[in-house]
Amino acid sequence: MMRDLLGTPLFGIGLTLLCYALAQLLYRRTASIFLNPVAVSITAIIGVLMFLHIPYEDYAVGGRYIHFLLGPSVVALGFPLYTRRKEILARKAPILIGVLAGALTSILSASGLAWLLGGSRDVVLSLAPKSVTTPIAISIVEKIGGIAPLTAALVVITGCLGAICGPEFCRLIGVRDAAAMGLAVGTAAHGIGTARMLEVDRLGGAIAGLAIGLNGLITAFILPLLFLLFR
Amino acid sequence: MARGFAILLLLQFLGEMISAGLNLPIPGNVIGMGLLLLALNLKLVRTQWVEDAVELLLSHLALFFVPAGVGVMVYFDLIAAEWFPITVSTVLSTFVVMAVTGWVAKLLEKQGAAHDA
Repeated sequence: MMRDLLGTPLFGIGLTLLCYALAQLLYRRTASIFLNPVAVSITAIIGVLMFLHIPYEDYAVGGRYIHFLLGPSVVALGFPLYTRRKEILARKAPILIGVLAGALTSILSASGLAWLLGGSRDVVLSLAPKSVTTPIAISIVEKIGGIAPLTAALVVITGCLGAICGPEFCRLIGVRDAAAMGLAVGTAAHGIGTARMLEVDRLGGAIAGLAIGLNGLITAFILPLLFLLFR
Repeated sequence: MARGFAILLLLQFLGEMISAGLNLPIPGNVIGMGLLLLALNLKLVRTQWVEDAVELLLSHLALFFVPAGVGVMVYFDLIAAEWFPITVSTVLSTFVVMAVTGWVAKLLEKQGAAHDA
């Protein structure tokens, strides 16, 4: 009976919504940035699945319906780009050069640090596109030869990190302007960071969404070339 | 609402077609983002047709990342094998990228403002 129910979408969808609703409640009650609803829900669901020995595949039967909504949501990010187009066009140079600087920094710092700390070639390559949105990161890693599933996991962890403390870190280092903050969080922490930025500031969120696309484009172009140089 | 969702899904579908057809490394939904911006600019799509659906999706964007995040559990072994370089590099690099991007944007914005004045 229980086993049959676990194989239906009801389980994955129900567990995700339940955990997310509770995580949101916890976040609002405590107002602690470290209790970020995405990070807390992910941790709680993994905890439940491991505790009850339920394989990820059973969860994914329902989880993929929620995951599906990511597709149209990314398309929807074009909407705030349109409504805030004047403010964005007024910042063409800071946006383009900022993302370019961020993309290069990301590739070099992520793989450089891992290399200095004795990471294997696989790990160094898998880390290189970690700030890029998952589908782009995967296709890059398949091209340069890292471990795609490892990259997918690192992209999510990077996103959670940026969502948890991105805006706070930006304020701490003197980046208080919503546009610059959105650009920083979107470039470093792609969609998960953008989701948080949308809660902080609408213009910042719109620019973070733009940064996802720009960083993806730039990294997809530069990383394979850099890789040829260092081979 | 239904019209908005239909338009977003149609643009995603067109994006996927372009991505697959031209063999681009850019995913269909990111191309769809560009297509929506283009369609709104060309007045092929009116803002009021899509704004309800957009608002609903974007106000729940964080939720939609949860299932992919749970997928990390399948790869715990891969991360555990080299946890030290992976953790240090991921954490430090994320902060360095935010700092560099934020500072460059801030500096150039200031210069732009000074130039305009």
